[in-house]
Amino acid sequence: MRNYKNVIAAYSIMIFLIILVGIFQSWSIALTILNYCLISAVMTIGANIQWGYAGLINFGIMGYTALGGLAVVLVSVEPVKKAWQVGGLNILACIWIIVAIIFVVKFILNRFDKSKLRNYSVASVILGGIILLRVTAAPGIEAIESVDPARTGFLGGMGLPVLFSWIVGALLAGSLAFVIGKIALGLRADYLAIATLLIAEIIVSIIKHEEWLARGVKNVIGLKRPAPYEIDLQTSEWFINLVTKFNSSKLNLINSISDKQEALNQMVIDASSVYVKLCFTGLFLTVVIVLLIVTQKALYSPWGRKMRAIRDNEEAASAMGKNIVKEHLLIFILGSAIVGLAGAMMVTNDGLFTPGSYRPMRYTFVIWVMVIVGGTGNNFGAILGGFVVWFLWVEAAPIALFLINLFTSHLPETNVVRVHLIESAPYFRFLVIGIGLLLIMRYRPQGIIPEKIIKQ
Amino acid sequence: MDFLNAIIVLFNFTVIPALAYGSQLALGAIFVTLIYAVLRFANFATGDMMSFGTMFAVILTYYFQSLGFGLGVLPTALLTIPFAILMMILYMLIIDKFVFSYYRIKKSPPVQFAMVSVGVMFVTQALIRIIIGPSDRRFLDGEKFIIKATEFKEMTGLAEGITLKSTQAITIIVTLIVVSIMFWFLNRTKTGTSMRAYSDNEDLALLSGIDPKKVVLITWVIAGILATIGGVLYGLDKSYRPFVYFNNMLPIFAAAIVGGIGNPFGAFLGGYVIAFAEIFVTYAYKRFISYLLPEHLEPDSLLQLLSTDYKFAVSFSILVIVLLIRPSGIFKGKVI
Repeated sequence: MRNYKNVIAAYSIMIFLIILVGIFQSWSIALTILNYCLISAVMTIGANIQWGYAGLINFGIMGYTALGGLAVVLVSVEPVKKAWQVGGLNILACIWIIVAIIFVVKFILNRFDKSKLRNYSVASVILGGIILLRVTAAPGIEAIESVDPARTGFLGGMGLPVLFSWIVGALLAGSLAFVIGKIALGLRADYLAIATLLIAEIIVSIIKHEEWLARGVKNVIGLKRPAPYEIDLQTSEWFINLVTKFNSSKLNLINSISDKQEALNQMVIDASSVYVKLCFTGLFLTVVIVLLIVTQKALYSPWGRKMRAIRDNEEAASAMGKNIVKEHLLIFILGSAIVGLAGAMMVTNDGLFTPGSYRPMRYTFVIWVMVIVGGTGNNFGAILGGFVVWFLWVEAAPIALFLINLFTSHLPETNVVRVHLIESAPYFRFLVIGIGLLLIMRYRPQGIIPEKIIKQ
Repeated sequence: MDFLNAIIVLFNFTVIPALAYGSQLALGAIFVTLIYAVLRFANFATGDMMSFGTMFAVILTYYFQSLGFGLGVLPTALLTIPFAILMMILYMLIIDKFVFSYYRIKKSPPVQFAMVSVGVMFVTQALIRIIIGPSDRRFLDGEKFIIKATEFKEMTGLAEGITLKSTQAITIIVTLIVVSIMFWFLNRTKTGTSMRAYSDNEDLALLSGIDPKKVVLITWVIAGILATIGGVLYGLDKSYRPFVYFNNMLPIFAAAIVGGIGNPFGAFLGGYVIAFAEIFVTYAYKRFISYLLPEHLEPDSLLQLLSTDYKFAVSFSILVIVLLIRPSGIFKGKVI
């Protein structure tokens, strides 16, 4: 237990901070922050597996997050039958063409020896395939996008329960990671960072601009939820009774019946949003705990020791007969799949899919800061990093506003500097995160909760 | 005549914009490559450093305009560049002193450097947004066009015209001047040679009496000049918006790697390779083809390989292909 003393202390401070937000701002905000902290924690577990366990630098987190979000749309939205009728055949044909291209390229690569002719023929097959794809897809896409463009204009999904999409999100992200890993994993560390960053950018631009797939920048709203809706809760008998029971002392203080009813209504509205968020918290917490147990077990298993050996000395591990390429690919896929799961969780939590909002700043670099600040190679640290950094990211603006007001209170309300500073309060979050990262990198490079190697 | 028209269409809509855009990328790519060759890390704060320098130029331009200074037909921003460069170099040296030098002395692995530069990126973005705000700003004044399409048509009697914006001409000319001075400096002067020696083999350079502090200082000075000029030229040509500058980091990286990272000449050409590829692949060739083909063969579709939405994706795909086939880049960068 004494080994975990600082872990417990750090987590208690974090929970205390969130409770403070609940008291000073509102419980709804505190729970929103907590939910996002949990989602960030899942992402950092994914990134930590790659960076902390294996030393792979993956700046493509944004791409996997976006794919996870896409999975929610593809799985949970009801299919748009009309769109399938007018354009489904073309899209299916395209999928077959892609499969055919892959097989032909593979055939050429396997069958013939390395030569200029082989390179040219592969290139021409791919180019010809792309032209064929465009010719086949164009009428279909046009037809699909013209089906009620204000509401649908896309193929829709499969209409399955939304929780199922979390698995699909992980699978999609994992298979993307397989492709990227095959292409890029041989590269040197900083090349790998740049390559993954750019590939993620390609993925997001495809999701943004292929409107037949998930409406692109027009966004998909009103996604299914694994939790009840606020409106249903507010009208259901048992929930109103529950709220009355919890607040009976407060309600008894109010004398007039109409006032009482009004107060109760307000309470029910507040309580419904808190209840829904609590449902999400429960779900996310389950995911985090399951992942934590699995990753902890893996870290201290022979497999985890092998990964650390590869990370710390590739040549030695390779001399011991470990297949480095295979292990790197495996861990790249696993980590990315977890990030994809987090992406699906996030879209489920928001209830909407907005491809335009996927930006490397928010979804790649902030996640990386979380891992580095929390502690690379330590899952408790990575999760804590997710909590701390997300908390700062959200609360930096209100705190900055408070401080600005405090320090400029002697200046008149219309002072140019004061007005300018107050306007730019939201951007202090970048400053806080940046300086925090620089300080941690300098004075505690192993993170808040450092990696712990248990000798067995 | 039709053939001439076709050439002019192509020239006007692809070659001129690509040359201007390529010049801006090239300056950024040389900046990345220099930092990589001498200081040995991938600088993720590239876009934001360019933006930081441009910010000073924008503020000074507004200030000079309010004072009534100007260069007549040329944009006032050109006058402010030297001052902006000074501020930029000062900022870079402060950052180097308080952040990078510690890791350089400790000889940290490049990955750690890259993460530190991410921290610098966050801080720089915050400073930019706090000082000037995230909104879109135009700071171009003076003459907008050198040749207008209508004038060109009148002059030559052709059906198609060429538009040459003054910013495009300035971009290309300034880039050529800056880059040639830089190559002259790197190849012909003693300081430049010592920089190259330091980048080739640090220990050997130290042994032969090269002062590492001086090399690092000169590198940041050149980097400051390149970053500011590249940023200002981009801002003049399009507009100044911090977010766009951050995003420009990606094609700049692509250009540096495609050219062979660590190789300044490769980075210079890489900028144009990326720019031309982006514009040639996303250009709609309908008008060009319709001049060349007889009338009854005129195509219905736009004849566009990819829609302009995929502009960035094109350059990144080129990067991926280059990484796959020739990881050291087209011009064989010296991977240190």
